[in-house]
Amino acid sequence: MEVKRIKLPLDPRAIEGLKAGDRVSISGSLYVARDAAHKRMMEALERGEQLPFPIEGQTIYYMGPSPARPGQVIGSAGPTTSGRMDAYTPKLLAIGLKGMIGKGSRSRAVKEAIREHKAVYFAATGGAGALIAKTIRKAEVVAYEDLGAEALRRLEVEDLPAIVINDAHGGDLYEEGKARYRRAS
Amino acid sequence: MRDIEAKAITETVARLAQEANYRLGQDVIEALKRALGQEESPLGRQVLEELLENADIAAREAVPLCQDCGLVVVFMELGQEVHVVGGDLYQAVEEGVRQGYVKGYLRKSVVRQPVSARVNTQDNTPPIIYTEVVPGDRLKLAVFAKGGGGENMSRFAALVPAQGRQGVVDFVVETVELAGSNPCPPVIVGVGIGGTVDKAMYLAKKALLREVGCPSPDAEAAGLERELLERINALGIGPQGFGGRTTALAVHVETFPCHIASLPVAVNIQCHSARHKEAVL
Repeated sequence: MEVKRIKLPLDPRAIEGLKAGDRVSISGSLYVARDAAHKRMMEALERGEQLPFPIEGQTIYYMGPSPARPGQVIGSAGPTTSGRMDAYTPKLLAIGLKGMIGKGSRSRAVKEAIREHKAVYFAATGGAGALIAKTIRKAEVVAYEDLGAEALRRLEVEDLPAIVINDAHGGDLYEEGKARYRRAS
Repeated sequence: MRDIEAKAITETVARLAQEANYRLGQDVIEALKRALGQEESPLGRQVLEELLENADIAAREAVPLCQDCGLVVVFMELGQEVHVVGGDLYQAVEEGVRQGYVKGYLRKSVVRQPVSARVNTQDNTPPIIYTEVVPGDRLKLAVFAKGGGGENMSRFAALVPAQGRQGVVDFVVETVELAGSNPCPPVIVGVGIGGTVDKAMYLAKKALLREVGCPSPDAEAAGLERELLERINALGIGPQGFGGRTTALAVHVETFPCHIASLPVAVNIQCHSARHKEAVL
């Protein structure tokens, strides 16, 4: 099975060419945020403030790492369940977010926003945090340091393996994959 | 009476918490390998290969299998002839969790107050502790690191007796289908049937401690386990929900007597990263 190499930040033409079910290998810089950091970003936007990073064209990885041992870049670093961020995501897509990496299905509103704003949602393998950590070259806290594991981080990744779940054309691997392997019972 | 030092309990819990997070049980590894041999979906096989490689790296480098190192649930079987000395039993367990998570570079995933002030307790305490008093002079400790993804997909139904076996099967299968890709399939499904609302969920959670794929000694429960596993693996969800045959590695059913008016069914879902270790003092 072919593996498509993806450079971050995402190129709009690259997004156009991705299809649900594609295997990809992701390299470049991305931002890490989960529940608590999303809540703070929303509160900042509601107050009319800037986000702690320029979101336009960027990719967010839903993840909260375990602590790094001395000498390690990061601890275990796999995806968390994306659906918990669904309430915040359409707003972020509307202001320029282009890519998301997580695991698990998205709401109808998020899927529609992905199509409308020509974005893409990837899944990394949940529960493979030790393996995924090997692809992370640099990690730094950008904001909300008091949130610990939930702080907003910036990562440099090299060949992070993922699968396209929701593409910019309305494809959804979770629906298509299940339909393909479902047996009547 | 037999004395057990509180300090020994603390040290044991700290050790088990770390081992659970670094070393996937051999039963789970074998189940993943069997699934790899049977999975038809190429993406599904790739996921299973990654999970086996992940388990290798975690054990070799003492890195947590998953960044979600769980909320700790400790199941204790306390012999009635045990006398804990040098400290309070529950405090000794809690201190073990604290030491294990801080010294073991495990993620702290507990907030003090669930509703609004969700401030991290910074040491992964408090654990949930269940105690059963049993004959004898030993203390058995099972330390279970329960991740949030599977826990969030768990469900309970107060069925009525008329719904019977079919009602139970349909509810469990529906729960796994609704969970879909969220709880990191392939999952292990813990099912508790009978008792009360709380007892049923306790049984469902305890069922997850059984060796993966080891059938219930009760004939009806074992039959339910086989039928449920077959129906769940016909859903097509597959590893990580990418489509495939392996949605669950196992279904474990535990039952208990219940009220004439009731048929409680609880489903506690466990991700493939089933992390628990036991010791006897």
